[in-house]
Amino acid sequence: MNIDKKIVDDLVANDVSFVTTVPCKQLAGVIEEVEARDEIFHIPSNKEDEGMGLCAGAFMGGKRPCIIMQNTAIGVTINTLATLIQYYRMPLPMLISYRGELREPVACQVEMAVHTKALLAQMNIPTYHFHTQKDAEEFDMILKYTFMCNKPVAILTDANFWGGYGDQ
Amino acid sequence: MIRSEILKEIAPILRPHLVVCNIGLPSQELHMIDDQPTNFYMLGTMGLSSSIGFGLALAQDKTVISIDGDGSVLTNLGTLPTIANNATDNYILMIIDNGSYGSTGDQPTYAGKKTNLTDVARACGCDNVIECRDVDTGKVLQEAIDSKKMTIIVVKCDSGNIKLPVITMDPVVIRDRFMKAVQA
Repeated sequence: MNIDKKIVDDLVANDVSFVTTVPCKQLAGVIEEVEARDEIFHIPSNKEDEGMGLCAGAFMGGKRPCIIMQNTAIGVTINTLATLIQYYRMPLPMLISYRGELREPVACQVEMAVHTKALLAQMNIPTYHFHTQKDAEEFDMILKYTFMCNKPVAILTDANFWGGYGDQ
Repeated sequence: MIRSEILKEIAPILRPHLVVCNIGLPSQELHMIDDQPTNFYMLGTMGLSSSIGFGLALAQDKTVISIDGDGSVLTNLGTLPTIANNATDNYILMIIDNGSYGSTGDQPTYAGKKTNLTDVARACGCDNVIECRDVDTGKVLQEAIDSKKMTIIVVKCDSGNIKLPVITMDPVVIRDRFMKAVQA
């Protein structure tokens, strides 16, 4: 199974047609797949709060959005999540590379990793953690849940899920 | 002219279109001057008026006008390259540049000093950038709408505020009303 293709297949099957991304090495394959699909309009963002603004507008224009970003972005987007996405009650699946977890080679990434789940919990954001590729079987259900309840929902995908960092 | 005088003058031009209005006094002023279901009022999240409006313009065909401020654009400067590189001709970004953070007590912004937002927008790759005087706003805005070309308008005006109430409408009501107007 190609995991990048499976994730994007699930997005398309759930009518997600507006995807914004801020890159991560681990997400490179998914971003490439998003860019390749005719069913999806892909718009890279310069910063994740900007991306959430784009997603909010796209949702109000009738599209189902998704943001793909690193977990460091949780530190950037707390205000936007609280005062835009949650306050106006909008759905937003957030596919997040969970840097700083097991098999992480860069020590500084751990500094935000240790806050990631606590911040999401503090924000009452439903959070799922994909550690093995079998976990992605739930992605389709998570997307349906997100657009059912009109909330931001976090899907954390760690290095083990993506198969590590090559030679690490 | 100050921002509220400009909004009063352009309200009839804005009325048939989808408007995303900046946080704080701009939204409060537009709400008081000409509340419409086609207005999306930002109650928080400084800086994202351009991004919300742009996402909306990309997602559907109606003309969208984002009303932004110089301080807010400086907060989210990354928005201009995104807009420039994904241009959609149903989008107008109107930056009301009074050189100050009006909602917080008129502290000066860098746009009122050495930074020229018109030049910044052009350097970011935006093709149609028009700087105008406050008195010409209505004419320039109408021409931009009629041109059906994505346009960035930088309106140079005086700083100053009027006293007015906060918006008490529930955010979900604002959003629901707005989405129905988008679909109408």
